[in-house]
Amino acid sequence: MVGIIGYGAYIPRNRIKVEEIAKVWGTDANSYRKGLFVEEKSVPSPDQDTITMSVEATHYALKRSGIDPQKIGAVYVGSESHPYAVKPSGTVLAEAIGATPEIHCADYEFACKAGSEAMFVCLELVRSGSMEYALAVGADTSQGAPGDALEYTAAAGAASFIMGKDNLLAEAVETYSFMTDTPDFWRREYQYYPRHASRFTGEPAYFKHIIGAAKGILKKVKLEPKDFKYAVFHQPNGKFPLKVGKLLGFKREQLDTGLLCPWMGNTYSGSSPMGLTAILDEAKPDDLILMVSYGSGAGSDAFVWKVTSRITEVQDKAPKTKEILNNNKNYIEYGTYAKYRGKIRKAE
Amino acid sequence: MREVAIIGVGMNKWGELWNKSLRDVFTEAALLAIDDAGVDHIDSMYVGCMSSGLFVGQEHLSSLLADYLGTNPIPAARIESACASGGLALRLGFIEVASGTSDIVLAGGVEKMTDVAVDGATFALSTAADQEYEVYHGITFPGLYAMMARAHMHKYGTTREQLAQVAVKNHHNGSMNPLAQFPQKVTVENVMKSVMIADPLRILDCSPITDGAAAAILCPMDLAKKITKKPLVKIIGSGNATDTIALHSRDDITEIGSTKVAGEKAFKMAGKKPENIDLAEVHDCFTIAEICVIEALGLVDKGKGGKATEDGLTALDGKIPINTSGGLKSKGHPVGATGVAQVCEVVKQLRGEAGDRQIKGAKVGLTQNMGGSGGSSVVHIMEVV
Repeated sequence: MVGIIGYGAYIPRNRIKVEEIAKVWGTDANSYRKGLFVEEKSVPSPDQDTITMSVEATHYALKRSGIDPQKIGAVYVGSESHPYAVKPSGTVLAEAIGATPEIHCADYEFACKAGSEAMFVCLELVRSGSMEYALAVGADTSQGAPGDALEYTAAAGAASFIMGKDNLLAEAVETYSFMTDTPDFWRREYQYYPRHASRFTGEPAYFKHIIGAAKGILKKVKLEPKDFKYAVFHQPNGKFPLKVGKLLGFKREQLDTGLLCPWMGNTYSGSSPMGLTAILDEAKPDDLILMVSYGSGAGSDAFVWKVTSRITEVQDKAPKTKEILNNNKNYIEYGTYAKYRGKIRKAE
Repeated sequence: MREVAIIGVGMNKWGELWNKSLRDVFTEAALLAIDDAGVDHIDSMYVGCMSSGLFVGQEHLSSLLADYLGTNPIPAARIESACASGGLALRLGFIEVASGTSDIVLAGGVEKMTDVAVDGATFALSTAADQEYEVYHGITFPGLYAMMARAHMHKYGTTREQLAQVAVKNHHNGSMNPLAQFPQKVTVENVMKSVMIADPLRILDCSPITDGAAAAILCPMDLAKKITKKPLVKIIGSGNATDTIALHSRDDITEIGSTKVAGEKAFKMAGKKPENIDLAEVHDCFTIAEICVIEALGLVDKGKGGKATEDGLTALDGKIPINTSGGLKSKGHPVGATGVAQVCEVVKQLRGEAGDRQIKGAKVGLTQNMGGSGGSSVVHIMEVV
């Protein structure tokens, strides 16, 4: 049996409202609020990046796990906003938490599913017996070009999970992956912002892969939507995860707990993993959770988690995701946001 | 001139056909038309397509489409007159059969528009306007039609609600068309609260970006009687006309001059008058366009297009049903295919095969297809015999 022994999330305190972005670009805020179900999003401060957020989230995960960081055998950070093109994020994280030097490290990249990729590999490394614990992080300071549809949702946040064999708080009952070559969203080297294929990112990309992965794992474990207490899907906006959940046969009450995007934005690699942390904050022993990520390019990782009795012991050992989301917010205007996000380019 | 019949029509489900390429989309519709006609070969082919070069990077459609349809080495031509390409392909097919040059001619149209992003599609479509005097100054088609709408409102008192009623009617009709891209019904409120595109036009005033194709098989009447047992639909009138490419060069921007002239030619050839028409498929690329063209065709009085729509005269059960298929608004608008799809709808109606949207006893139908802001128009009149 393998699974999660500790988890944590981190969200920067700055927020910008959809209205504030729409005002600058002369668009209709209501069409985003109602059409895509997004209200506001998190914004990293100038001194925050994927590494600093990964460290914050991992501190919380370590508190909940209660383990010695020296026993962690691998650290994998999944992101599409690693601060360096060459030089790993994972080395800084491992050093910051005191897990070096006997540790394997790699940075992962697969658009928005880099975080769940790291979770997938960590589970298998622990299952194989080659290490006692492995650390997986999904984190992003998501990029969206000024004025692009992505700018209304591209947000910042991190989720961290420590995988192990004993003292689980959630068992990984099953994993399943679904992948094709589908070019819906990309960013090439030296480009600041990703590009996307507009409506093509919907039906043949997001929906096809999440539905493919969800149906695949449900068949594998012989379970139906009604057997789950919670389900969480990748959240590029508030509308897509609710729609895909409905298409798969889930009810709104199964989806609400993990749905963060309308108030947090899309944290890319952190998206569905952070939704999972919000669910674990409220889950009870024996609850079943379905999680399906989505990464453009394109693929989905699906997980069936079964919560154990240890969950109630750890939930209060670190700040809960919705507490971080709802407390201590600092609303900023577009000008400040543009400065923080490096959208104002100065001459050399 | 020989009399010409349409003995087969074919159209596939329109929409965002992500898994199909231009050749697949065209070949599907062409085979449906060939099956509908019951012929075992075609002698010649015309295909309307506005901008395969910009949409999918493919020109030389005459060879490509004859190749993939398996009809090499027949003569084939790709016809371009912006959004009127399909109507013009049909007209050239008609002339080829009428002249005695070929017996069985396929007239089709195709456009694959979703392989590029929205800005790419907007650019490709803008090439139907005057690049030097319109497009360089930043205008796009929604902007041009918005100016026509404003002028129509100012001159004739046409209301914002009347524009919305065109969309409501066409989506209602499209809800009965299983091949339509957007068969959802909409309300006046939906239209008037939809996202603003170019004041006063909102997104539900605009036709969508669509992948799709349509085809028709033409042959001489004598031969048609031997080939098919279906009711024979004869092309009795065909008109084609042009106007200034730039909107600002026209004396009156509320009048579509090319449609007026093409319509007069078609009516004269057919020996019919507007009051003889039982239904019409017209080019509602924007809601205001339908209002302007039904006036230009004389189907309603000048300046009364909006009022006629409001009064239900153009509804399925009205005096002159317009766009029974759902029109470009609901059925979709793969630009090169639109003119041929209009003919498919009229043929289905005249044969009595239009299902829930059937106009009872329809004998004479009209199609009007236009390019750009009305720089070119093609009108056909058909009668079931």
